[in-house]
Amino acid sequence: MEIKLTLNGKKITADVAPDLLLLDFVRDHGCLSVKRGCETANCGLCTVLMDGTPILSCSTLAVRADGHHVQTLEGLQEEAEDFAIFIADQGAEQCGFCNPGFVMNTIALLRENPDPTDEEIKAYLAGNLCRCSGYEGQLRGIRAYLNSRKGV
Amino acid sequence: MSMEKKFVNSGIRKKDAMQLLLGKPLYTCDVTRKDALVVKLLRSPHAHALIESIDTSIAEKVEGIAAIYTYKDVPQKRFTLAGQTSPEPSPWDRLILDRRVRYVGDGVAIVAGETEKAVDMALRRIKVKYQVLEPVLDIHSALDNPVLVHPEEDWVSMLPVGADNKRNLVAHEVTSDGDVEAVMKDCEVTFQRTYHTKSCQQAMMETFRTYTEMDAYGRLHVVSSTQIVFHLRRIIANALDIPKSKVRVEKPRIGGGFGAKQTSVAEVYPAFVTWKTGRPARMVFSRKECQTSGCPRHEMEMTVRIGAMKNGHIRAIDLYTLSNTGAYSEHGPTTVGLSGHKSIPMYTGGLEAFRFGYDVVYTNMQAAGAYRGYGATQGIFAVETAVNELAEQLGLDPVKVREMNLLKEGMVMPAYYGEKANACALDRCLARASEIFGWAEKYPVRDMGNGKVRSAGVAMAMQGSCISALDVGSATVRLQEDGTYTLSIGAADMGTGCDTILAQIMADNMGCDVEDIAVFGADTDTSPYDSGSYASSTTYVTGMAVEKACTELKANLCVIGAEMLGCKAEEVEFTGEAVMKKDGSGEVSLADIANKTTIFNNTNVQVTASHSSPVSPPPYMVGMVEIELDKETGSVEVLDYKAVVDCGTPINPNLARIQAEGGIVQGIGMALSEDVTYDEKGRIMENSFFQYKIPTRLDMGRLQVEFEASYEPTGPSGAKSIGEVVINTPSPAIAHAVYRATGVWHRTLPITPEKVLMTKPEEA
Repeated sequence: MEIKLTLNGKKITADVAPDLLLLDFVRDHGCLSVKRGCETANCGLCTVLMDGTPILSCSTLAVRADGHHVQTLEGLQEEAEDFAIFIADQGAEQCGFCNPGFVMNTIALLRENPDPTDEEIKAYLAGNLCRCSGYEGQLRGIRAYLNSRKGV
Repeated sequence: MSMEKKFVNSGIRKKDAMQLLLGKPLYTCDVTRKDALVVKLLRSPHAHALIESIDTSIAEKVEGIAAIYTYKDVPQKRFTLAGQTSPEPSPWDRLILDRRVRYVGDGVAIVAGETEKAVDMALRRIKVKYQVLEPVLDIHSALDNPVLVHPEEDWVSMLPVGADNKRNLVAHEVTSDGDVEAVMKDCEVTFQRTYHTKSCQQAMMETFRTYTEMDAYGRLHVVSSTQIVFHLRRIIANALDIPKSKVRVEKPRIGGGFGAKQTSVAEVYPAFVTWKTGRPARMVFSRKECQTSGCPRHEMEMTVRIGAMKNGHIRAIDLYTLSNTGAYSEHGPTTVGLSGHKSIPMYTGGLEAFRFGYDVVYTNMQAAGAYRGYGATQGIFAVETAVNELAEQLGLDPVKVREMNLLKEGMVMPAYYGEKANACALDRCLARASEIFGWAEKYPVRDMGNGKVRSAGVAMAMQGSCISALDVGSATVRLQEDGTYTLSIGAADMGTGCDTILAQIMADNMGCDVEDIAVFGADTDTSPYDSGSYASSTTYVTGMAVEKACTELKANLCVIGAEMLGCKAEEVEFTGEAVMKKDGSGEVSLADIANKTTIFNNTNVQVTASHSSPVSPPPYMVGMVEIELDKETGSVEVLDYKAVVDCGTPINPNLARIQAEGGIVQGIGMALSEDVTYDEKGRIMENSFFQYKIPTRLDMGRLQVEFEASYEPTGPSGAKSIGEVVINTPSPAIAHAVYRATGVWHRTLPITPEKVLMTKPEEA
């Protein structure tokens, strides 16, 4: 099937199998930040933005992206770096494999709610599993970023 | 002079942090060829069977299939997948594919094809006729069961670990000190309890992944997500029955390990495909395969006998552990030892005698492996819960009972190979944890009046810092021609930050900036030999190798500098930025020395040093938990977890803290939600993240970690280890808190809401 979409700002036309997952499609198109961690839509590693909304690319068919704007971390480097440096300052990136999905969802959170409480952060990111950090350092990093924006 | 310590004990960013956070392509599947053959295994649906016939002819006709292999095609020489120093304590009981399948998920055929679709279709078209055999699915009946998991004659145990395949026995030992029975008889209180822990999954986010290709020299080049490049080279050579020199193993960034990648779970299959076909190949485990054909924690059942006085003085501990290695032996003989050797010594202060015995048995269940804590986690759950039970039975405060009995600095530990505790702040950890947690206020049970109860629990833990007198760490340090350095290691940074930590140690030794050190690891062709990243050893062992290498490099730089200054090497010293004459009459800058090394130079500016330690100094930890238990639903919420850790000198306090926090949350998963259960046919029920529930952000309350420093004289800048000890306190601390809230001791993990709700105090 032929699909037309915008991937990280670039218009793409592609012929795809009807059962191709968006996750495999974006990886085939060089967006290697997008990771697979499970087959059951549990881990959040494959999170991408479709028209600005975070979705799981492991459970979205590539054909569903037809006519839409898809963004991966490759296309949002500067927006991510703004707060990612604070997470790096905590050492909370650890193995890094969950980072892209978690960072993408954090971008979506901060666009939607620029001044979230700790509970709102936890709730929004609940679908992003991490086995290394125990989550606390990631939260400290986001909190430090929010404080820095407020000049605290 | 700029040689003062600047980077040790400093929470600097990991050198690769931003690359990881910004999603750069750094992992096995990102850095290898896209056109590699897809490799998958046909897996056994039976827990125990013999393959009567296997027909691959139709499957081979599927378009895009490059190769299909069965037990008839593989070398008939047994080996082990355990990443251990050779000769491995784990008996050699594997073939790449065997005619006998020993658990649900065991390999039956290897299929390699151009696309995943072709491979999946071929997998469905292989016809196998099995002679289904009775499986051994219960650890209690495994020993001397008429059904043998490994009846084969070519099974071999390389070391005297007490193994006997004709008894389903993988290891057996009894050690003791003092007369346990006599001391028990003299005690005012003795009691015995049995505890049971499950085969929890490491659940690292990156599943097992391996890529293989033939290199320009006709050698097998393996790129894999592994903690053990050198052991892996040997394992692959053994499995394929080819010389080790024909194999090169490299690891890119690793998406978590936790010990899982200390076993060669995925590598031998694509390696075999590439060796046979000459084509690049890749194997990516699904999460389901990780859950059902991985290498989880050893299930253990531990019986603890304690002899004590009514005032809480613990005089004797007698521990027997029955460990389930599953269908294969990986790490079976070694994990079990830690269940006693890393639990009993914490009570050295009071103990007059101990005994520790164990049996490790084969069953037709998923083969176990290495998982953070490596047996200590299981043993500490048993012994710490038993001590809490003792204290509660005697009406004593469990913290006071520990204060009375615990190990103190300077003591010799009979239950820990007679080692002396040269650096031990366990007492200070307990005092500090009590203070920041508010033990005195939180220990009494508080009914919240809304069906919820708040209560508290406590546990201590220890681990090691390497495998003593065995592990080898090495470092190659080199001065580059611009005055910066490279550091090459064979240890594997699996996210823990060892690349950065070792660079911090090197920076302080060379008097340079961490930014001036490029770290590279690990590759069996170019890295110096290292046992690998396991047994909490990298900072402690490889860190010392870095120190040694730096000392030698500095001496060589002085030789070159003295030559340039026209004096003797004894007359100069290295300042980090220059070599200067001690009398101040001249100096030559590091930049000039660096340049000089490229012109008519006969002195090495690349130095490799190795290090092994005769001892394995334990890190210590105390954890205290406050829970809120809902009496209506049985659910347990962790409100507050306070931990105080003695890891010697924390080289990077930020990374040490994250290790502790991550380990605690993994431990909470083990305590409350991560279960592994089998149906009557031997199938694992928790085969995805739907059923196998690892903690999410919402499952965590407040978490606070502090450090009580000690100084370990045999470690780099006084450091011990941190990686494993941190997973050991949650299970016993939470079981304690649940008892306080309900009056029930849950001696089998995990403590699920169902169990809390359904078990009444009188049934416990």
